Amino acid sequence: MAIIEVKRRPLTFAERTYLPQLFGGMWTTLKHLVGPSETMEYPEQRPAIPPGYRGVPTLVKDPHGREKCVSCQLCEFVCPPKAIRITPGSVAGGAGVDNVEKAPQAFDIDMLRCIYCGLCEEVCPEEAIFLQNQYSMSGYSRAEMVNHKDRLYELGGTLPDKHFKWEVKKAAEEAAGGHH
Amino acid sequence: MADFFFGLPALVQALAKGAAVVLVIFPVAAACSMAERKVCAWIQSRPGPNRAVPPILAWIPGIGIPQRLGLFQLAADGGKFLFKEEPLPDHVHRFYYTLAPVVAMVPAFTTITVVPLGAYIGMQGRVVPLMLANVDVGMLAVFAVASLGIYSLILAGWASNSKYPFLGGVRASAQLISYELSMTLSVLPVFLWVNAPGSPGTLSLVRVVEFQSGHLHSGWGGAWFLITMPVSAFIFAVALFAETNRQPFDMPESESDLVGGFHTEYGAFKWSLFFVAEYANMIVGSAVFALLFLGGWNVLPWVPLASLLEGLHRLTGSALWLRPLVAGIISMGILGGKVLTLIFIFMWVRWTVPRFRYDQVMRLGWQKLLPLSIANLIAYTVGIYFLQG
Repeated sequence: MAIIEVKRRPLTFAERTYLPQLFGGMWTTLKHLVGPSETMEYPEQRPAIPPGYRGVPTLVKDPHGREKCVSCQLCEFVCPPKAIRITPGSVAGGAGVDNVEKAPQAFDIDMLRCIYCGLCEEVCPEEAIFLQNQYSMSGYSRAEMVNHKDRLYELGGTLPDKHFKWEVKKAAEEAAGGHH
Repeated sequence: MADFFFGLPALVQALAKGAAVVLVIFPVAAACSMAERKVCAWIQSRPGPNRAVPPILAWIPGIGIPQRLGLFQLAADGGKFLFKEEPLPDHVHRFYYTLAPVVAMVPAFTTITVVPLGAYIGMQGRVVPLMLANVDVGMLAVFAVASLGIYSLILAGWASNSKYPFLGGVRASAQLISYELSMTLSVLPVFLWVNAPGSPGTLSLVRVVEFQSGHLHSGWGGAWFLITMPVSAFIFAVALFAETNRQPFDMPESESDLVGGFHTEYGAFKWSLFFVAEYANMIVGSAVFALLFLGGWNVLPWVPLASLLEGLHRLTGSALWLRPLVAGIISMGILGGKVLTLIFIFMWVRWTVPRFRYDQVMRLGWQKLLPLSIANLIAYTVGIYFLQG
């Protein structure tokens, strides 16, 4: 590596008058003046949500329209700010919902406490809770900012299921002649 | 209508004309504040204020255009300033504190009386200026009255009885003194040239514009002073920035180091009076610059107003162009266009150039501009001596 000597030349007369720099700066600002606006005009324009975005936590149903949550309460226990409160209950039973034995009686997420960390999604063995694209939560009271179970399902909707955990298990059980 | 107007006593006529000018300048000055915000926004690649619209008007098709230009925001801001509570801090000198915004407005609007706003072609092809008072002291009156505006800043700074406003007032006075010298010296060559030996001496701005309305064959007479005296124009423009306290010379305000400068303790309508006075000063300053260096109401160098109207008359064959009213409107439009362009340049520079430090302002004023304007004056004095023999 050769040593490159950088010449420190004194400012020229033109530079000392500031004028070339001034006009250069004005040319730059003029380009911005006529150029397009960079602002997203929010309520009308929405940002594109990237995959893996952690928005408001929601409960989802499986493609058969059944509740996936089995109220194991892992998310409640893992939740760092203790935003989740679950009251476990049992499934009433009946056709189509006999794949599991339990479901939450009440499922509340206090969005004033939630920190959008996504630990609930990560810990859920049933893939029943997801942080989806919804990012804008507002309300006029503290009570309004608590998402109850029906609201959570409304926000969550149905997501495609890759595993069908309980169906696979049931099929394997039947194939083995009723043994686990 | 015209007969009725000219039948009124002279005093009433003068009052009506004055009121008309003020009633035009005041809203224009206020609208400049919105233009400032919009230009600032566009330069920063933002849309700027574009939301406010009265709900009862929202259904009108096309209302989105004034809405996006922020015109309703301007109305909302004005209404807010008018109707919000007038705070009067306990520690101020009440009389002078209240007086200062009024003192700011008076010189800002008084200078307009001697500034011609347009012209029409009267009898025998004489160009008659449209102005409130066609006095011979023109430019001198502008300098004298405009300098009074600084008293409002000093008064506001002192009457606020608080540290930062006081510093702002002191800086304002120092800055005015520093740049007033260069400004006055920079326009002297213009008047040296205009007042040729043998002609009656005048400082009238009308005479300056007349001098710039020559034809191509009249040589230098038709050239605007911007072409013949670029250094004078440059010094005048820089000094104008300083005199109107615009960035990069916003020493009296100095938001970054003096909170709000002289108007820190002001709010509501009193504050907005300072604001409008600043823009009114800008409008008058731009008008004076346009008259002195940009040929006033002449559309192009070497194309005076009379030739323009005659050309339009010949081109279209319509006698409409020769009517004084049309000529007046066209000349006001030309001058107004120049003034608005200059105001846009004021804003453009403001959002481009970073502000100077106080010591830099003083050094630029005393060590650079003042010697430059003196050298400029000497050079032109010698030049004009040989030119006019």
